[in-house]
Amino acid sequence: MWLFFHKLGSPKHFYQLAGRMIPWFAWACALLMIAGLIGGLVLAPPDYQQGDSFRIMYLHVPSAWMSLFIYVTMAVSSAIALIWKMKMADIIAACSAPIGASFTFLALVSGSLWGKPMWGTYWVWDARLTSELILLFLYLGYMGLLVAIEDRRNAARAGAVLALVGVVNVPIIHYSVQWWNTLHQGPTVTKFGQPSIAASMLIPLLLMGLAFTLFYMTMVLIRARTAVLTQERRSQWVRELIEHHE
Amino acid sequence: MTQLPMFKAFSTLLRRDLLLAFRHRGEMANPLMFFVLVVSLFPLALGPDSRTLQPLAPGIIWVAALLASLLSLEGMFRSDFDDGALELMLLSPQPAPLLVLAKVIAHWLVTGLPLIALAPLLGVLLHLPAQAMPALLITLLLGTPVLSLVGAIGVALTVSIRRGGLLLSLLILPLYVPVLIFAAGAVGDAAHGLQVGAHFMILGAMLVLALSLAPIATGAALRISIG
Repeated sequence: MWLFFHKLGSPKHFYQLAGRMIPWFAWACALLMIAGLIGGLVLAPPDYQQGDSFRIMYLHVPSAWMSLFIYVTMAVSSAIALIWKMKMADIIAACSAPIGASFTFLALVSGSLWGKPMWGTYWVWDARLTSELILLFLYLGYMGLLVAIEDRRNAARAGAVLALVGVVNVPIIHYSVQWWNTLHQGPTVTKFGQPSIAASMLIPLLLMGLAFTLFYMTMVLIRARTAVLTQERRSQWVRELIEHHE
Repeated sequence: MTQLPMFKAFSTLLRRDLLLAFRHRGEMANPLMFFVLVVSLFPLALGPDSRTLQPLAPGIIWVAALLASLLSLEGMFRSDFDDGALELMLLSPQPAPLLVLAKVIAHWLVTGLPLIALAPLLGVLLHLPAQAMPALLITLLLGTPVLSLVGAIGVALTVSIRRGGLLLSLLILPLYVPVLIFAAGAVGDAAHGLQVGAHFMILGAMLVLALSLAPIATGAALRISIG
């Protein structure tokens, strides 16, 4: 187990391992996404109130899940990077941020497109929309800080502190905004007891959630591989790799 | 070499920072002027009608206080970073969070406290009802230290960046949201004659949380910035 972690921490092994894992993740993501899309867009019955426009949920809800999931992932790998000084954890955190920001943006856009027919307006200062917007600002701040500090090691460590501060604040922000105002429909999947959503609608949603997670993993590994190559460009194994390719 | 007792180090640093601030009295006034100016812009933009201004007053005063505190934050570690004093403080055997706390408290005494003293005057300018004044003062008293403590983390992260001011606001303002919500909400509710004890307790909880965690994060961030 420790050996595995040790190997994962070394950029060279990470590069090779990630290269082997990417095709698996990518194919699993593609299959699940096709299944989820067919299930959600074709097989699931239209909602008795919302008609067909509820189907944007298959994009919106997984994006919102991912926006939080990725922030927590960033914070966890930042903690690992700060405590055990693992190089790869820094890279994973830094590579996750733009993907997380994109998912947050997607959740906001799909939410406001859904809001137009449902609430009659593109934007309401609803609790969950607002906390999603603030989450987007947190992502942008993190990315801004990484870009602004020139020394890469310092930038990564400063970013790690910021991600940890942010993750402590996310629940506080979430609940204070919720207290402030809410109009959003309550959670339908995680409600205790009977979820208030039909199985034929729920299963495609879960498939899409899984597909989005795999998509994130694929993307973060591709980005991390590129980052490793740039960061280790002066080391022996990268040179050999390039010569091998030529 | 005998080691300074912890409390002694804390009080020495606090006194030094206060003394430095009083030697530069002109700089102290700038955030206050900003606070007053921003608030007095709103009646010009919205019209002088007291019925428009009254419901907006808590929000306007709190947003202005937030911006004024943000503006004053930048100076918190700047001069000590530039002349190397900060590096020596971190090299000293005293725990960094304690020294950070001394600096933040000094900073709040110099910038936050005068803000609170000015706030009732601005409340009068915006026709805030008299029954909301105590709530305004209490929320500022509980809220502005949180702003200083949380802001210190951002300042510590950006102190080595040459023009970090804009980035600082991007990092810090999202973290200020909970304070703004509860503080402005409390003043608004008090203006309507509602009970606001719960708001104060939540703000107090935020203060306790920030007081215990923020200095640790600030200390870590300063170590990183110094490299």
